[in-house]
Amino acid sequence: MRSLGSHPFQCDIHGLKILAERVRAGNVRAVSRLISLLENHPGGREVLRLLDGTTRAMIIGVTGYPGAGKSTVVTRLVSFYRRQGLMIGVLAVDISSPVTGGALLGDRIRMQEHALDHGVYIRSMATRGHHGGLAQATGDAALVLEAAGYDVILIETVGVGQNEVDVVDVAPIVVAVVAPGLGDEVQAMKAGLLEVAHIVIVNKGDLPDADNTLRNLREWCPNVLRTVATTGEGIPELAAAITAYQQSRAVGHVGEARNC
Amino acid sequence: MAIASVPLRILIGKVGLDGHDRGVKLIARALRDAGLEVIYTGLHQTPEQVVNTAIQEDVDAIGLSILSGAHNTLFRRVLELLKEQEAGDIVLFGGGIIPDEDATALTADGVKVLFGPGRPIQEIVTFVKGLKPHG
Repeated sequence: MRSLGSHPFQCDIHGLKILAERVRAGNVRAVSRLISLLENHPGGREVLRLLDGTTRAMIIGVTGYPGAGKSTVVTRLVSFYRRQGLMIGVLAVDISSPVTGGALLGDRIRMQEHALDHGVYIRSMATRGHHGGLAQATGDAALVLEAAGYDVILIETVGVGQNEVDVVDVAPIVVAVVAPGLGDEVQAMKAGLLEVAHIVIVNKGDLPDADNTLRNLREWCPNVLRTVATTGEGIPELAAAITAYQQSRAVGHVGEARNC
Repeated sequence: MAIASVPLRILIGKVGLDGHDRGVKLIARALRDAGLEVIYTGLHQTPEQVVNTAIQEDVDAIGLSILSGAHNTLFRRVLELLKEQEAGDIVLFGGGIIPDEDATALTADGVKVLFGPGRPIQEIVTFVKGLKPHG
């Protein structure tokens, strides 16, 4: 068993209390161990009661088609919020092989500029057979990060099609990332992903087809922005839209939540 | 194939300046196919990045590919940082062009095993699958 500082980690109630205390003190290794515990032992959710959350984090879901640029958008948002001095947690979900159970978790590749920043915690999670675009324990992991004092929690879903919308249950704000050339406006008219997103961004907005995609989507969705995540273009506007949406929710305009 | 209830988690990446990542990607893919959760960090990692990532990801082992000749410095620095962070229980192994005498010294210092060129990929998979999960 891995020790936590001078305290060996024991999976009994006393051990869990120590672990929870360390999580609440912001200890990174305790956060990591507890997330593993929740991933590996679904029965271990009892421990969440020990976290006694009094802090409130802003939880933002980032979802969208495979290859649309979700990880790059997330890493840009991390930089943006870090400049405001906020502590950021990232949960990046990738798919487990349905054949072997293995997974190649590669979202970090685009986030490694933050690997030395102690104000940023990044955790890759594999779906382990769970459908819906998230891992079973992703919501619980967000609670752990919240208890550890992270101000903003970004949840990146697997690259999704149309029916993987679990992120809505975990994140009050959902950003859908689409890219030009991935389908005509009929895709936007269909039910699913875009329907549950509060903000839609057309990433890779410097591609020739981007204007068309923007125009098509704006016929159906009120809140569509253009970004070029590789350069950071449009990220401040995205953050402003997130804040505006959060404020409208706070004053009870949740009826306007539906976007497309 | 039966899915293991708790897959091993392993960090695979390249430290230092060389950009030869064909081998490390093959190994990442082979370990994925063997049922592991592989956190692939990509190229040009520093030992500090590797150790911080390993702790955040709560991995059971770290596998590093080094083809630049800087293996003596880089592997030892990773070992040192793991110890500093009280994470010495994370297994460190690696591969690359590493002369025998360096490999002997590095394994004596705590690198679990080093795989040189020409070793069958199945040997690496067997080694990793034989590791014990922590916690």
